[in-house]
Amino acid sequence: MNRPIRVLVAKPGLDGHDRGAKVIARALRDAGMEVIYTGLRQTPEQIVAAAIQEDVDVIAMSILSGAHNHLFPKVVNLLKEEGIDDVLTIGGGVIPDEDIPTLKDAGIERIFTPGTSTSEVVEFIKNNLKR
Amino acid sequence: MNIEKRLLKGDRRACARLITMLENDDERAIEIIKRLYKHSGNAYIIGITGPPGSGKSTLTNRLARKLRNRDKKVGILAIDPTSPFTGGAILGDRIRMSDLALDKGIFIRSMGTRGSLGGMSKATWSAAKVLDIYGMDYIFIETVGVGQSEVDIVKVADTVLMIMVPNLGDDIQAIKAGIMEIGDIFAINKSDLDGADKTKMEIEMNLDLNDKKDYRPPVIKVSATQDENMDKLVEKLIEHRNYMERTEKLIERRKDNTKFKIIKLIEEELMNLIMDRALEQNLLESLSNEVVLNDLDPYTAKDKIMRLIK
Amino acid sequence: MFNEKDLKDIEAARDKWEKEKVKKVTSRFPERKKVFKTGSNLEVDRVYTPEDIEDLDYNEKIGFPGEYPYTRGVQPTMYRGRLWTMRQYAGFATAEESNNRYKYLLEQGQTGLSVAFDLPTQIGYDSDHPLSEGEVGKVGVAIDSLKDMEVLFDGIPLDKVSTSMTINAPASVLLAMYIAVAEKQGVSKDKLRGTIQNDILKEYIARGTYIFPPKVSMRLITNIFEYCSKEVPRWNTISISGYHIREAGATAVQEVAFTLADGIAYVEAAIKAGLDVDDFAPRLSFFFNAHNDLLEEVAKFRAARRMWAKIMKERFNAKNEKSMMLKFHTQTAGSTLTAQQPDNNIVRVTIQALAAVLGGTQSLHTNSRDEALALPTEESVRIALKTQQIVAHESGVTETIDPLAGSYYVESLTDRIESEAIEYIDKIDKLGGAAKAIEKGYIQKEIQNSAYNYQMEIESQEKIVVGVNKFQIEEDIHKDILKVDPEIERFQREKLETLKRERNNKEVENKLNKLKEVADTSENLVPYIMDAVRVYATLGEICGVLREVFGEYEQSVIL
Repeated sequence: MNRPIRVLVAKPGLDGHDRGAKVIARALRDAGMEVIYTGLRQTPEQIVAAAIQEDVDVIAMSILSGAHNHLFPKVVNLLKEEGIDDVLTIGGGVIPDEDIPTLKDAGIERIFTPGTSTSEVVEFIKNNLKR
Repeated sequence: MNIEKRLLKGDRRACARLITMLENDDERAIEIIKRLYKHSGNAYIIGITGPPGSGKSTLTNRLARKLRNRDKKVGILAIDPTSPFTGGAILGDRIRMSDLALDKGIFIRSMGTRGSLGGMSKATWSAAKVLDIYGMDYIFIETVGVGQSEVDIVKVADTVLMIMVPNLGDDIQAIKAGIMEIGDIFAINKSDLDGADKTKMEIEMNLDLNDKKDYRPPVIKVSATQDENMDKLVEKLIEHRNYMERTEKLIERRKDNTKFKIIKLIEEELMNLIMDRALEQNLLESLSNEVVLNDLDPYTAKDKIMRLIK
Repeated sequence: MFNEKDLKDIEAARDKWEKEKVKKVTSRFPERKKVFKTGSNLEVDRVYTPEDIEDLDYNEKIGFPGEYPYTRGVQPTMYRGRLWTMRQYAGFATAEESNNRYKYLLEQGQTGLSVAFDLPTQIGYDSDHPLSEGEVGKVGVAIDSLKDMEVLFDGIPLDKVSTSMTINAPASVLLAMYIAVAEKQGVSKDKLRGTIQNDILKEYIARGTYIFPPKVSMRLITNIFEYCSKEVPRWNTISISGYHIREAGATAVQEVAFTLADGIAYVEAAIKAGLDVDDFAPRLSFFFNAHNDLLEEVAKFRAARRMWAKIMKERFNAKNEKSMMLKFHTQTAGSTLTAQQPDNNIVRVTIQALAAVLGGTQSLHTNSRDEALALPTEESVRIALKTQQIVAHESGVTETIDPLAGSYYVESLTDRIESEAIEYIDKIDKLGGAAKAIEKGYIQKEIQNSAYNYQMEIESQEKIVVGVNKFQIEEDIHKDILKVDPEIERFQREKLETLKRERNNKEVENKLNKLKEVADTSENLVPYIMDAVRVYATLGEICGVLREVFGEYEQSVIL
């Protein structure tokens, strides 16, 4: 069955720097994916609600404000509460190396830091889908 | 619990998954729709169409909120174009609806056209059925909004709401050409801009030419962002619904639309049947070759292919 | 600039050189690339000669420093008179900690303050708002009320420093708090020097910390123009910012074009509100980005100055020379910093700082090497500041004014950036001005296309970023980065609770009600905001009242 991968690209928190999120959104589209872009200032609750309704394969989040330790795990926990285990969750932004292991333990499966190429993200998604 | 039961119980994830399966032509989902079809028919479907930049998403958002205040459950299908080159799409209509995301009485789904023309995707019809069975009272279908040929919405909707904006300029010509006829209600959005009255007049003049006898579509000026006249627009939608129900035009329209859908399904299946065989035998390729070399004409080529299923 | 005969000779000599010298070499050793381009993708020729600037009228287009069209700078003596203001953007965690950082920077020789606020403050939420969760004190200092502001500037005499505040949607509230602190220090309003960013249009375009819809936002801005022209005459009431537009991915041309288009929109709004152009225009200031392509950036700054002078003089009939001068702050380009081999960023920042200085900036922030990793550490901030001091005192570029003027390449690039930016501005005029062009998504779309192309060029290695797509090395995990203590969120909330318990809540309610009442009229809101601030109404309460009256902006993203 030929089905496009559906990805939710979201900006949790309050920072308005969406250059990266938009570039990624476009690159994923150009790689044949359906990208649902939610815009700025999304709460974890809104992100999870959108992910459910849109039945996405992937949630890709970007934070540049430093609020990642708080907001990324919150999204993953809400997914767990909803009993969702087939959505790949990834994150990106200005995220210190030191924080990455904790975020991975929390269930964010991959953190992309500045300088990542879009093709790397595309490949990672294609190879790590959960359904 | 299986997905069928979960859908009937109003499970959001079941609803979402079923739409995905239908978008992907999953036979299992079609079987489910067959079994659950008797539960559909309760929702009222409103198509929302209009040129790009007319503010369809914001307006849809506002209408949905108004209906929620009246305790109605609202499903929204927002269609965006799929790239013909990559098959990918950016579906951005949710941006203007994010405040609705947490309301359990609202279900928003973004869909790519996936190769369909006419402003909708192939699965829009069946997705609307899923939302209907899921228990939505109203379903809004927001078309792509590329401008001209989005007439297919009338084949799915019970009421078609046309959104216009002031100063369309030459666009109004294009609109006249095809889609004036399908509007049941005309809303001129962003009516705080200059030229709203002129646009209203132009639309009214066009409607004068289209004699629809007992029903004349209302034309109203609104501003979705400033919530102006939006209550009145809701009233007009409900009035049209009442009219459709009272005059039994609703049954008529739904029957027409069902015919259209059945024909579409047949077309699709026939095409698949023929093309699968033709491709299997490389017939299309070889016959096209002959036509190009003038050894054959396209009509005879068609006959040869049709013989595969006759 | 040259006589015909000289130009003929030069042309002949160049032809000869191309045929005899260049061909010979390139036939055996082709050049590295087929097409050479600037950082912003303007095509670059092999050499530039007088032919490239043959139409340049020196007096009309270049002139002298401090004279129209200010291509060479806005002051007659530039850095020979006074160096630029070294102003590092700083602020994090609580007012207490930021206050310490400011004192440290002033001791290190910094000459002006630049306050970074956290995101809740920038969006008009108090620290106890649900959306503030996880964001308090992260990218700047958390300010909930005048109480915090008093702590922030404790021991810093406000008549002695100039303070720049990166605040936009709630700019009027933070300015009111600043004035209130000054009152408590016994400093009168006319002694206050500084800048509020106050540039809402670029928030819609690129930075994202908007609150209200455009129309009312423009009103708040013109209210501030009016208030300050009477009460705080030395205050720069807006910093029209190309910085974030560039960070969002714009090219140099787009940065100039969109920033000046925003500037035009503000001037138009103020004139429409009944102000005289020469009353407020001298207090307009700009804020640009300094990117890596040194010469292109210098040309950009020169072009921007020339364009603005002309716009003010010819389009708005300004009479006061100060209205025509484009004064600007510069920050080095954050988006060029790499997380890989972060020490390399010191070199990037040096080149960018040099561009800003050769371009005639009035003040400068140099980024710290570790900003692609986290907020900068104190040591990194010090190196960044020292970079400016080295450029100022050791490089020699400050000894004469606009030293790159007359370079065939720089002059022709200045012209080129000007003419391409004018094309954009014409287009925006046709769309009905910057606000309309933003509403239609035109400006955002142009920037996004540039951002995407840039990323693709990096991925195809058409553009090289050292350490990222070439010359990589194995690196250890980066440690020694600044961490903001998550406890400060709790601390800040407690302070807020105490405040709300101890202040005169009846008074607060009165002032907020009054503000709400006037918000619906066309009166200037600043005095009423001042009243509310003085009785310790919080930022969130004040913005909350305005949100009720004005509504909120809904993002229009076009991808």
